[in-house]
Amino acid sequence: MTIQANLPTSYEILATARKQVLEEGRGLTQEQLVDVLSLPDDALPAALQLAHEVRLRHCGEDVEVEGIVSIKTGGCPEDCHFCSQSGLFDSPVRGVWLDIPELVKAAKETAATGATEFCIVAAVRGPDIKLMNQIKFAIDRINEAVDINIACSLGMLTQRQVDQLKDWGVHRYNHNLETARSYFAEVVTTHSYEERLETCNMVKAAGMELCCGALIGMGESLEQRAELAAQLAALEPHEVPLNFLNPRPGTPLENQGIMDGKDALRAIAAFRLAMPRTVLRYAGGRELTLGDLGTREGLLGGINAVIVGNYLTTLGRPATADLSLLVELNMPIKELQKSL
Amino acid sequence: MSAGVSAHSDRIDRATSSFCGHCGEPDDGGAGPASDPHLRCREQLEFEPPRYCTHCRRRMKVQVTPLGWTSQCTRHGVFVQ
Repeated sequence: MTIQANLPTSYEILATARKQVLEEGRGLTQEQLVDVLSLPDDALPAALQLAHEVRLRHCGEDVEVEGIVSIKTGGCPEDCHFCSQSGLFDSPVRGVWLDIPELVKAAKETAATGATEFCIVAAVRGPDIKLMNQIKFAIDRINEAVDINIACSLGMLTQRQVDQLKDWGVHRYNHNLETARSYFAEVVTTHSYEERLETCNMVKAAGMELCCGALIGMGESLEQRAELAAQLAALEPHEVPLNFLNPRPGTPLENQGIMDGKDALRAIAAFRLAMPRTVLRYAGGRELTLGDLGTREGLLGGINAVIVGNYLTTLGRPATADLSLLVELNMPIKELQKSL
Repeated sequence: MSAGVSAHSDRIDRATSSFCGHCGEPDDGGAGPASDPHLRCREQLEFEPPRYCTHCRRRMKVQVTPLGWTSQCTRHGVFVQ
């Protein structure tokens, strides 16, 4: 689809984006992203088409597939209002550790889907010595058993922990901003946005790939959604997982409605137009927010990575459904590269 | 039933269930969708494992992996996908 010469005013941002992002490779600014997020429904197909063209030109046609698993679930001391794993809320999620043989089994199963990434996640403020030792042991056992890139998400790190993870071969570290700086205190009170940034910057400085994501649909305004995309773009992460709120029982956001599917698709297009070269991954909540049809539209609208199968505490689409869709869309799965 | 671990289907037999696996409240079985208080719970269970034992409403230990899940009740065993 091309943008016609006689454009409605609301489409002008797409003509600008075509030149600025697609042709020149420069992401949209925060103000421009507000315009994308405010596009009317009839402009959405054109926005998604443009985001898809940007993805193909600047990232290629490959789709990166990842599996994630929780090594330590529940009992987190932090109060992230969206999270069922906080020990501060009356959530039905019980604290539990996954043992190493089960973790290795999960890594093998993930690799068998064609995934190249396996992310080990713990619900903690930051890792203690016990958890770091468990992670080292887990990494060694996984590396003995299966050929897959290992990522970690263990909360806020010290410089020593960053260096340890790098030395152990962790090639990517996940630490989400989750929401805009201006909205962060509405969502988390037990740590600051700046503390999150500090870990992100240490990870990048150490030479690990930074995976830094967003969770949208938590009551933030369109302007704050644009602010988040711009703040992520400024961080230049290798990957941005895009989550949509799945309101969890017992959390402060349990009564927040599920965000509108079209708003979610506008956000996908906007994030791609903000970050033309970043791996933009479908993450949690898409099943509820977008359903099967929306999953397809997102993959044709700027997304170039998926989490396969289940999430940390909730269930995703069957892995076969996503993998079949990639075949149908003629999108090859990215092959394994062990080196950075 | 003993406290030993046993495997169950993830499909909960509502005829023998006493509690909802999603919210833990008593499951009256419902006369039909329009009067069923757990209709939304059953929709939710499409997207998450049961958190409460349907026999005794204990909170279960749930482990989710990319391609499966288990929910373990200390009294009634393990539900697996």
